[in-house]
Amino acid sequence: MTYIAKPKFSHPGLPRNELGFTHRDYEGKISTLCAGCGHDSITASIIEACFELSIEPHRVAKISGIGCSSKTPDYFLGNSHGFNSVHGRMPSVLTGANLANRDLIYLGVSGDGDSASIGFGQFAHSIRRGVNMTYIVENNGVYGLTKGQFSATADRGSKSKKGVTNTDNAIDLVAIALQLGATFVARSFSGDKSQLVPLIAAAIEHKGAAFIDVISPCIAFNNHSGSTKSFDYVREHNDAVNRLDVITGRDPITVDYAPGTVQVVEQHDGTRLALRKIDADYDVHDRLAAMTFLQKHAAKGQIVTGLLHIDPEASDLHDHLDTVAAPLNTLDEAALCPGSAALDKINASLR
Amino acid sequence: MSVQSPISSVNDFVVRFANVNGSGSASANELFARSILRHGVPVSPRNIFPSNIQGLPTWYEVRVTEEGHLGARGGVDMMVAMNPQTWDKDVASIEPGGYLFYDSTKPMPSSKFRADITVIGVPLTAITNSTYTDPRQRQLFKNIIYLGALCALLDMDPKLVEQLIAEQYKGKEKLLSSNVHALHLGRDWALQNLKCPLGLRVKKADKVGDRIFIEGNSAAALGAVYGGATVCAWYPITPSSSVAEAFTSHCKKYRHDPATGKAKYAIVQGEDELASIGIVIGAAWNGARAFTATSGPGVSLMTEFIGLSYFAEIPAVIMNIQRAGPSTGMPTRTQQCDIIACAYASHGDTKHVLLFPEDPAEAFEFAAQSFDLAERLQTVIFVMLDLDIGMNHRLSRPLKWDDARQYDRGKVMTAEMLDDGRDFGRYLDVDGDGIPYRTYPGTHPTKGSYFTRGTSRDRYARYSEEGAVYADNMQRLVRKFETAQDMVPRPLQANAAKPTKYGVIYFGSTSPAMDEAIGLLEARGHQLDRLRIRAFPFHSSVASFIADHDFVYVVEQNRDAQLRSLIVNENGIDPVRLIPILHYDGTPITARFIAGAIGDHQDHLKVTPLRKAVS
Repeated sequence: MTYIAKPKFSHPGLPRNELGFTHRDYEGKISTLCAGCGHDSITASIIEACFELSIEPHRVAKISGIGCSSKTPDYFLGNSHGFNSVHGRMPSVLTGANLANRDLIYLGVSGDGDSASIGFGQFAHSIRRGVNMTYIVENNGVYGLTKGQFSATADRGSKSKKGVTNTDNAIDLVAIALQLGATFVARSFSGDKSQLVPLIAAAIEHKGAAFIDVISPCIAFNNHSGSTKSFDYVREHNDAVNRLDVITGRDPITVDYAPGTVQVVEQHDGTRLALRKIDADYDVHDRLAAMTFLQKHAAKGQIVTGLLHIDPEASDLHDHLDTVAAPLNTLDEAALCPGSAALDKINASLR
Repeated sequence: MSVQSPISSVNDFVVRFANVNGSGSASANELFARSILRHGVPVSPRNIFPSNIQGLPTWYEVRVTEEGHLGARGGVDMMVAMNPQTWDKDVASIEPGGYLFYDSTKPMPSSKFRADITVIGVPLTAITNSTYTDPRQRQLFKNIIYLGALCALLDMDPKLVEQLIAEQYKGKEKLLSSNVHALHLGRDWALQNLKCPLGLRVKKADKVGDRIFIEGNSAAALGAVYGGATVCAWYPITPSSSVAEAFTSHCKKYRHDPATGKAKYAIVQGEDELASIGIVIGAAWNGARAFTATSGPGVSLMTEFIGLSYFAEIPAVIMNIQRAGPSTGMPTRTQQCDIIACAYASHGDTKHVLLFPEDPAEAFEFAAQSFDLAERLQTVIFVMLDLDIGMNHRLSRPLKWDDARQYDRGKVMTAEMLDDGRDFGRYLDVDGDGIPYRTYPGTHPTKGSYFTRGTSRDRYARYSEEGAVYADNMQRLVRKFETAQDMVPRPLQANAAKPTKYGVIYFGSTSPAMDEAIGLLEARGHQLDRLRIRAFPFHSSVASFIADHDFVYVVEQNRDAQLRSLIVNENGIDPVRLIPILHYDGTPITARFIAGAIGDHQDHLKVTPLRKAVS
């Protein structure tokens, strides 16, 4: 949260996207998070992804709960509406917003305290309903705003800054999202922008519940030896299953033919995802295999990152409810009110 | 069957059915009530049921009232005792001279009966067992058979009952004929074996007129349809679930696009009340008309979000169908006990708009109006029903809608207005009424966006912890609430036939009992002016009414006189001038109770100075 607006000036030579916007058009206010916070890197990745997709900033609704992560929507897409709701309840607010206007892009930003504790239920239910959204958890395994308590994603045996050992098991939100039927599931690392940006872009393009768990070390309380959410630990234990490029129908990006197999996933909105497989036997379409893969690597102390699962033919909550194409918030009296003649008939049927 | 002075009354008596929950009696009992309506005689039925799915006692009471009294009367003139488990209590509740109708298949000791009532035995089990072999049929048709016997005993026209059955089973000929057959089995047996009719009789009249017979929850749901609600998020809780279920049903009928068949609404059964109100707030923030329906425990869960809605100024409609609290309380019993909880819901300084419909017609009107109010005031609107209105069929004036009516979408700044150079500050009080403009997300590429938050901010929605900025915002919210006073439904005043120093204030489902009680009080020589409050914030006429009388009774259905406290608190009135009349055992308040309590107090005043009487 900040009241410090960024200066408006920018270099005339800044690159522009299809809509003529520069990166500056996707920025928000100046971050008041700690210098070096992983969350600011995620903010930068969101800005980059939206820039690359040539999204109209004001067509995004950015919704969050409470906590360090939930402050971040103030720091990107300054021309879009933001909603910093209450602790752990971002998913329900986002669900309602999405029901009101299906035409906007919904970015839900949450944290591990927000989503894995008080909001665990709302996280789960928004995923199982298939709300068309990009749900990003900025996961640092610690409560930063209240100065360093363990969150529910802190690994058992990891240590706090004060040297306390966590004795509770961790909740793996990615594993839960897979089990709940999320149709786009990914994990990334705030320190790996080259992986994170295309993942966010692909999630935005995906129709349905897209979930990205981003390990985002807390520079103040959880970036020390003994932490399993520190920069060093994640870099050492990161096992990326693939690399991703997003190819929109508008302006194809040339696939980088790096060594390894390239797998193209076509979504029904015309977007194509080019996956450079690093693990040769990894199939992003196989939910069950993804769950097994994840657990096997977790047992070895490895953090699997990349696009873990996608269903390119996914449907969303509006499909399930079979709602009209027009946003519900645009319907007027003529569309909504049955009128007095119908009421007369109703009255007659009640006598 | 011998008794002294049996009650004799035409079109004015109370029949209570004592059944076992889950026995299929509900439809037969309701058929009984509807049949009397078809005779042109008003009825006022009430479900009295346990918090249980099956097996526990349940009662259905039908007040037959040619005078059209729609409140509960109290007392039972005829008990249809079909539940051995509650036999003793049921028999004891019959008025002296009343009637006991029971299944006489098995003989019962005389000690189980009373000498001052008329006992009517019908071997219902024997009749059903000799007619049906299927156990379920035996259970279901036993109810229709006792309905048939009652037709004969109360001198009802069987053709009118047959007509109702025909309407109910239209297109299902087998069910229709088997139900009519069971009806005549009971009726024929009674005519052949009992002295029919009894002293209690139903005689055709013309007292129903064009009124409709509908539950308050269903009417409120219909109000939501007419009021333009497109998003409903809810979590099941008695006694509110039927609001969302009825909304679903109405939407399926009236809200599908004729060209595509697609829904012009979205209904989500949330995982809990917190999610339900969150969905409502998210939808309303984004410009849709949204509501939830719940009861007291649900309101408790929603209070965090309600505070957000108040402070961030997001429209939301909550239909609160009140039940007896606190905590789980008595989930299937009625009260008006959430007044304070809703008026000041959430932490910090909050004030919320409450609407108090008295019957289904107002439930419809207020529900529809609540969406206009929510959007105009950008705040939470509570529609305060209770179980007595919500889950009982009530005779009601027909629902009305003016096709020229336009939805009030409130102060919404459009892209054109922004392009015209209008200064947009989300929390700017442009018009001095405390109500700011808002924009919907996605309105304009560069203007009008803002950040919604529960933290303090300035008039341009910029985060701020400056004390003066916070206080400025809180004062504007007070101004907005004052603006609401003249927008919500005004109180309705009715003066006594003669000038009087005394008044009575009441609200919501107490109304029909109050209307009847006035007559009883007049008969005792007491005159009272009355004021029915229909909303909070209170209109200035509430304070005027109190000022115009020496003292005023406040009748409500809770222990702690919550409406009285709210009046005292909001108007700075000397509490001694407001005398609480409180009923809170979970049953609907009756005219007898009100007239008794006020009448006794008034009698006492005749010999005692006021200050002593009320101190």
